Amino acid sequence: MAASETHAIAVIVDNEAGVLARVVGLFSGRGYNIESLTVASVDADHARSRITIVTTGTPMVIEQIKAQLARLVPVHKVADLTVEGPYLERELALVKVNGTGERRIESLRTADIFRARTVDSTMESFVFEISGSTSKIDAFVDLMRHLGMVEVCRTGVVAISRGKTGM
Amino acid sequence: MAEPITGAEIVLKALADQGVDVVFGYPGGAVLPIYDAFFQQNQIRHVLVRHEQGATHMAEGYARSTGKVGVVLVTSGPGATNAVTGLTDALMDSIPLVCLCGQVPTHLIGNDAFQEADTTGITRPCTKHNYLVKDIKDLSRVIHEAFYVARSGRPGPVVIDLPKDVQMAKHVYTNGKDVEHRTYHPRVEGDRDKIRAAVRLLASAKRPVFYSGGGVINSGPRAAELLREFVRLTGYPITSTLMGLGAYPASDPLFLGMLGMHGLYEANLAMAHCDVMFAVGARFDDRVTGKTDKFSVGSKKIHLDIDPSSINKNIRVDIPIVGDVARVLEAMIQVWKEEKLQTDKKALADWWDKIEEWKRVDCLKFEQKGEIIKPQYALKRLSELTQGRETFITTEVGQHQMWAAQYLKFEKPNHWMTSGGLGTMGYGLPAAIGVQLAHPKALVVDVAGEASTLMNIQELGTAAQYRLPIKVFILNNQYMGMVRQWQELLHGGRYSESYSDALPDFVKLAESFHAVGLRATKVSELDEAIRKMIETPKTVVLDVAVDPKENCFPMIPSGAAHYDMILGPGQKATPVSDFGLTMV
Repeated sequence: MAASETHAIAVIVDNEAGVLARVVGLFSGRGYNIESLTVASVDADHARSRITIVTTGTPMVIEQIKAQLARLVPVHKVADLTVEGPYLERELALVKVNGTGERRIESLRTADIFRARTVDSTMESFVFEISGSTSKIDAFVDLMRHLGMVEVCRTGVVAISRGKTGM
Repeated sequence: MAEPITGAEIVLKALADQGVDVVFGYPGGAVLPIYDAFFQQNQIRHVLVRHEQGATHMAEGYARSTGKVGVVLVTSGPGATNAVTGLTDALMDSIPLVCLCGQVPTHLIGNDAFQEADTTGITRPCTKHNYLVKDIKDLSRVIHEAFYVARSGRPGPVVIDLPKDVQMAKHVYTNGKDVEHRTYHPRVEGDRDKIRAAVRLLASAKRPVFYSGGGVINSGPRAAELLREFVRLTGYPITSTLMGLGAYPASDPLFLGMLGMHGLYEANLAMAHCDVMFAVGARFDDRVTGKTDKFSVGSKKIHLDIDPSSINKNIRVDIPIVGDVARVLEAMIQVWKEEKLQTDKKALADWWDKIEEWKRVDCLKFEQKGEIIKPQYALKRLSELTQGRETFITTEVGQHQMWAAQYLKFEKPNHWMTSGGLGTMGYGLPAAIGVQLAHPKALVVDVAGEASTLMNIQELGTAAQYRLPIKVFILNNQYMGMVRQWQELLHGGRYSESYSDALPDFVKLAESFHAVGLRATKVSELDEAIRKMIETPKTVVLDVAVDPKENCFPMIPSGAAHYDMILGPGQKATPVSDFGLTMV
């Protein structure tokens, strides 16, 4: 059995009713993994959306995933960013941390180290906004768990290729 | 500027512009406006079915035997859910269908209204694509797009969900028949370099085999002609999947017969021992490969398919070619001729010697002794007594289906309709109706088992209403034969719930549906019964009582390798592995 790989796949779709259900249904129906999925319309007239999916599988499964996505009728284009050259990936998280005294100060200090922004503050809590790679956010969330984290929400990965060529 | 017309009228206009001549349907509250429009026109024929599943299989039979898109019309809720099995069947076997479903009016969608179902949600995984038309302005475009999607690339079923208020709203009709689709443009021309490499590899082969499938038939009659031309040019052996039967003439000496789980010994061994395999419009289905890690391990594989997702799905191939079978085969023949390629005559002669040796095993032999009819014998007689007639065969699913694939000879494409991928019991009778409507003069026989055919027996009413002289040829063994066979071979002979108790009297059943009922219970009655069945210009049900204990061989036991076949009842098979027991 070949080893599992993680791939970031970008899919440009017609922004029509049910298109996300088609993509998600394809993954659940065929037993593929979704590590993260983001979707939003990306052109001026909201005619097209971009879906970024991070998935894992053997090379044969990854190839299947791309072929299966490409044959959905409303799909314009499928790009495997992981194999098509250098690319950037970013995720954004909002992290709510409760605490007073030393713990409160420590959380603020840690946020500063990670260049997280404080977007909400009460006498007993902060909400930090952090963006970056998945691993950076994982590291930040892990630390905050020890410093009174009560809630976290993450966008999932968005990814784009480096250089001047568009998708 | 044309006058605005109702949505229902737009539907019928668009169907007419698509060349539709028959629609299989069943009315209900949410499609009444379309039925009203039907009533007021004469161009398109409506065939009233008895159950919506029947409508889908009729449309499949129609589509498969004509190469055209089959059209279904059902109401909302149960009408649509009843169509789901047929839609899934069409998806698995790549049959082009357009299924129009009524829906509750748009303002009631999501309200759990009477006969409401989330049709697009339910049918999303069992269609190639589906639409919910919420705005009359989209209706003309969607219908034409649906036909384009259904028949292009790898064909499949498309659902259009039509809320009742949209059917009644008015708008101008536009014929979007030739409008280009925004996103869906399947590749039909193969890559030239890969074609060249594939042809050279084929020419260099020492033990080659062609492995053709349903894609050849879907590509059209030209593809089957080109396949013949190419195979004869090379002199290589060819085998076929269940779905591909008829694409290459069964009587041709280069044809090895069907391969796979119940395929012929020589076909499976040729696949196992070849050095170059050319898969043409076939998808390495698990019925064909057996255990994948033991499947033809020593061969280089060329795979031609119009669907890129079929390539490298189950079996890794060396040269993938994405394209339409006819276009690519044409290019391959051209390259072969241009480069004046020659086969390795010596190696090929040795290869054929080996194949002849396997053929001598005579894996389809059976003994017809005494008066109890062997199912194989019944099919052999059916084949012989229908010689020279334009005959279309449909089947149900099970032992009889495999025997039909083994013992009937298909010389032309589009004459064999069977549920291959989904394995839908109850397919054959309605499919035969669809075929007969498209080919009124031909002999159309549903080779059936008594259990399967009962699953859609109500469609005898449809056959009667339209005076369709279909023949239901029942190999009646009183068992769900294939289930019984597996229980015998894999589950210690514990025949759990596979005996069909309290079967109907099929002769009386036929008569009650205004059809002719016939029966043959012993060998001496068989020929006369078959002759009478063929010659009676009415719907006929022929109940043939066959040996209830007969099993279907050869057989690759589940989870076993391709070359590990059970040839007959006398042979003790290797015990099935735990892995094998989990396989279906």
